[in-house]
Amino acid sequence: MTFEFFTNSSFIGAVLFILFAPLIGGIVMGIDRKITARMQGRVGPPVLQPIYDILKLFEKENMVVYESQNFWILSYLIFIVVTGVLFFAGSDILLVIFALTLAHVFLILGAYSTGSPYAHVGAERELIQLMAVEPMIIIAAVGLYQVTNSFDTAGIIQSTFAPVIVLPGIFLGMVYILTMKLRKSPFDLSTSHHAHQELVKGLTTEFSGSTLGMTEIAHLYELVFLLGFLFLFFGTAAPLIGIAVILIVYFLEVFVDNATSRVKWQFALKSCWIVTAVLGVLNLLALYLI
Amino acid sequence: MDLLIFLILFPLIAAILMLLLPNGEIRDAIVKIAALIIAVSSVYLFIETFGKGISYVTIGSETVGMAILLCELVVAIFIIAISLKFRKYIVAALAIVQTAILVYAEEFASVETGFLNELFVDEFSVIMALIIGIIGSLICVYSVGYMKGYHEKHADVKDNRKLFFFVMFLFLSAMFGVVFSNHIVWLFFFWEITTLCSFLLIGYAMDEIAWKNAFWALLLNTIGGVGFSGAILFILVYSGNGDFIYLNNLIAAGPVFAMIPAALIAFAGLTKSAQMPFSSWLVGAMVAPTPVSALLHSSTMVKAGVYVIVRFAPIFELSYIGVLISLVGGVTFLLASAIAIGQSNAKKVLAYSTIANLGLVVACAGIGTQEAVWAAILLIIFHAVAKSLLFLAVGSVEHQKKSRDIEDMSGLISTMPKVAVMMLIGIAGMFLAPFGMLISKWATIHAFVNALPPFGMLLIAMIAYGSGITVFFWAKWMGKLIEVKKKSSPLKKEATSPEMFTLYCLTGLTVITCLLFPLISGFMIEPYIVEVYNGTVSQLLSLNNMLIMLMMLVLILLLPLSLGHFSKGRTVVGQYMGARPGVSGVSFAGSMGVTKEVELSNYYMEEFFGEEKLSKTGVILTIILLIVFAAVIILNLPGMVM
Repeated sequence: MTFEFFTNSSFIGAVLFILFAPLIGGIVMGIDRKITARMQGRVGPPVLQPIYDILKLFEKENMVVYESQNFWILSYLIFIVVTGVLFFAGSDILLVIFALTLAHVFLILGAYSTGSPYAHVGAERELIQLMAVEPMIIIAAVGLYQVTNSFDTAGIIQSTFAPVIVLPGIFLGMVYILTMKLRKSPFDLSTSHHAHQELVKGLTTEFSGSTLGMTEIAHLYELVFLLGFLFLFFGTAAPLIGIAVILIVYFLEVFVDNATSRVKWQFALKSCWIVTAVLGVLNLLALYLI
Repeated sequence: MDLLIFLILFPLIAAILMLLLPNGEIRDAIVKIAALIIAVSSVYLFIETFGKGISYVTIGSETVGMAILLCELVVAIFIIAISLKFRKYIVAALAIVQTAILVYAEEFASVETGFLNELFVDEFSVIMALIIGIIGSLICVYSVGYMKGYHEKHADVKDNRKLFFFVMFLFLSAMFGVVFSNHIVWLFFFWEITTLCSFLLIGYAMDEIAWKNAFWALLLNTIGGVGFSGAILFILVYSGNGDFIYLNNLIAAGPVFAMIPAALIAFAGLTKSAQMPFSSWLVGAMVAPTPVSALLHSSTMVKAGVYVIVRFAPIFELSYIGVLISLVGGVTFLLASAIAIGQSNAKKVLAYSTIANLGLVVACAGIGTQEAVWAAILLIIFHAVAKSLLFLAVGSVEHQKKSRDIEDMSGLISTMPKVAVMMLIGIAGMFLAPFGMLISKWATIHAFVNALPPFGMLLIAMIAYGSGITVFFWAKWMGKLIEVKKKSSPLKKEATSPEMFTLYCLTGLTVITCLLFPLISGFMIEPYIVEVYNGTVSQLLSLNNMLIMLMMLVLILLLPLSLGHFSKGRTVVGQYMGARPGVSGVSFAGSMGVTKEVELSNYYMEEFFGEEKLSKTGVILTIILLIVFAAVIILNLPGMVM
């Protein structure tokens, strides 16, 4: 099947994503915090706490450095949603990736526009992260195309066998960069939910109230999109295994988050690129041998 | 089709006028009128040829042919003389070799060529003509305002604006010649003129560094010229068929006959389009006044280089020669992008980004499939528009801020809001969805996956890394423009009115080409591809995807409306400064009562992306590729010579 715009299935996919992604993302984050707490010997907040937190943010006073910063953040949120909509509607995966990059550039510009020293360093580091993960994502898209002969997610997901069987390297590479995308330690360079001193809140230092709320919602949407991306490696050929593997991967991310400390950007960039070259590019070249 | 001849001759006449007129209002007015006429005629050419496919013009005169050959000798003698005068013996030697080859080929031609269909025009030529005619003439208009300010600020540079405008218009004339020539000797003649023009423009300031860089450009381009004359020699003396001196016949003949001349001309194209290892001349060219850079980078010179390579793209499809050309382009794209990260000089960033983007065009052309050629032509269009805008915007900022350093553009949105917004649009046009260059990059990835395996995957890896790198250096520049530490009132007059006019037009063009790209693709590029590949064109980018792109673009254009909403009901506070009381603005209270103002600066990461190291790597890699390239040509020679 190729992707048709405004067909029923793609329309339903898009609407479901817009409506339920924040809820699902919120619950995943809630469980994340629960597990984290248990690992640290605490009880942890209720599962829906991330959602309560976000709702509370919208009650706060609107404090800004410049009014224009909200424009960038709104654009960020909207394009993260567009990314997910295109993805779940079954559109061209390269287009999805480019929309994601665009969204992140908006976030970075929002941080820059405040003229704040902490946000500035956060923005620079976020850019490094963007540069570090982009090659792997593009290679993953091309790998999925090589296996399924389709760039549309609608086509990829219907592969007759799970693409991960021939793309194990690319899948592992994606898992590696997922840590960075989820803003988890050791790659939480630009901003973090944990208290790191030298950067305050980095990228989001100057965002408060509804502005911060928008970045948090965007994060939930992105989380669901990223997990969806991993699911493509299993598709409808092995849906249950897919969900199980994704749960394990997410648990590992939480574990790594709690077990490691933040690395320098030099290491983050180098390691992502090397992992991409070794696991990603070699996997692509190996496809010709089998 | 007298229009073709008009488009070549009119700028030439305008150029000669420029030599005669003194500096002043009259000359400025005539520059604008001539620019307008050139732009209108190129649009008229588009309307006139619309939907007609390829058409030929026969001049059929032995005299004109001889005249062109004579002019070519004059150009060669000029180059040899000036090289000898400045003791650049290598340039002189290469120019002599090149001329000798040409004369030998003409003298000992084993075939009859005749004079028929010397000029031609098809959709690709028209696209190029529109780029040259519209963007090139806009740059001429911009120069009127810019050069006046340039000479006020550079009192040490001799005011030679007569020569400047002469060369600018001559350049346009030669470029029209390049894209309309069907006769390869004519093509080579116009090609040499563009080399000469760029030499004169780079050396405009006539100081030591200007001459040095001008001769460096001349040297590298003459190396290409030797390759080009080699192609003519091959056709005239060894191919056994005089028809091959015409582009259309040569391309139609297919790889079996055309591979060697196509490869040699593509080699010349690599030098002219500043691919590694020849890229250094374009970086050095930034010593010239900014409009010259804009012209060289967007609508002329380098575009002539990629134009010939893309013309021959069908010959390269699925061949090793093609793969080698692609790899040179791919390596250039990756490494030039990486070098751009380490640069804070705005013009240098732009120069390396041009080299990188041309690398992508060359990579596509080397692949030579329908999709790849489609992507290559789109890249040429979008790059020309956005890059000219960026160069000229940097030029105007440089006049105000007395610096072309990106770090000095901090908070430009507050001091020069109009130019800053236009610069932001230009940068967005270079790398962000849903703007032009990104559409092309997307198509490029689609094209590479179907390329000759496993080289396609190697190119994919290069574009994947390069794409991340591109995001980094453009986005941090954008960030610098909008990073306002402290609000200040905007300048009343950001630039002279010719400058602003040009910038507005180019900004408009950047957005409009994105909006119209499905039409450009459907009515211009696809018919060309159908014609060249003799058949139906496969679905290159589905209508759905084009619609999504358009919707994203509209969304981006609408989003600034939200600024109105956000300007109300907010509490404005200063930046968080580590909760230190008693300091105002973006500063920290230091010890002993000292207040330290915060300095924000971008990351350049020179230990990873140092210019010297990466250039050296690129030069070595591409030289190895070119040695293999030469070996493949030589191995193929015995079977080709008649």
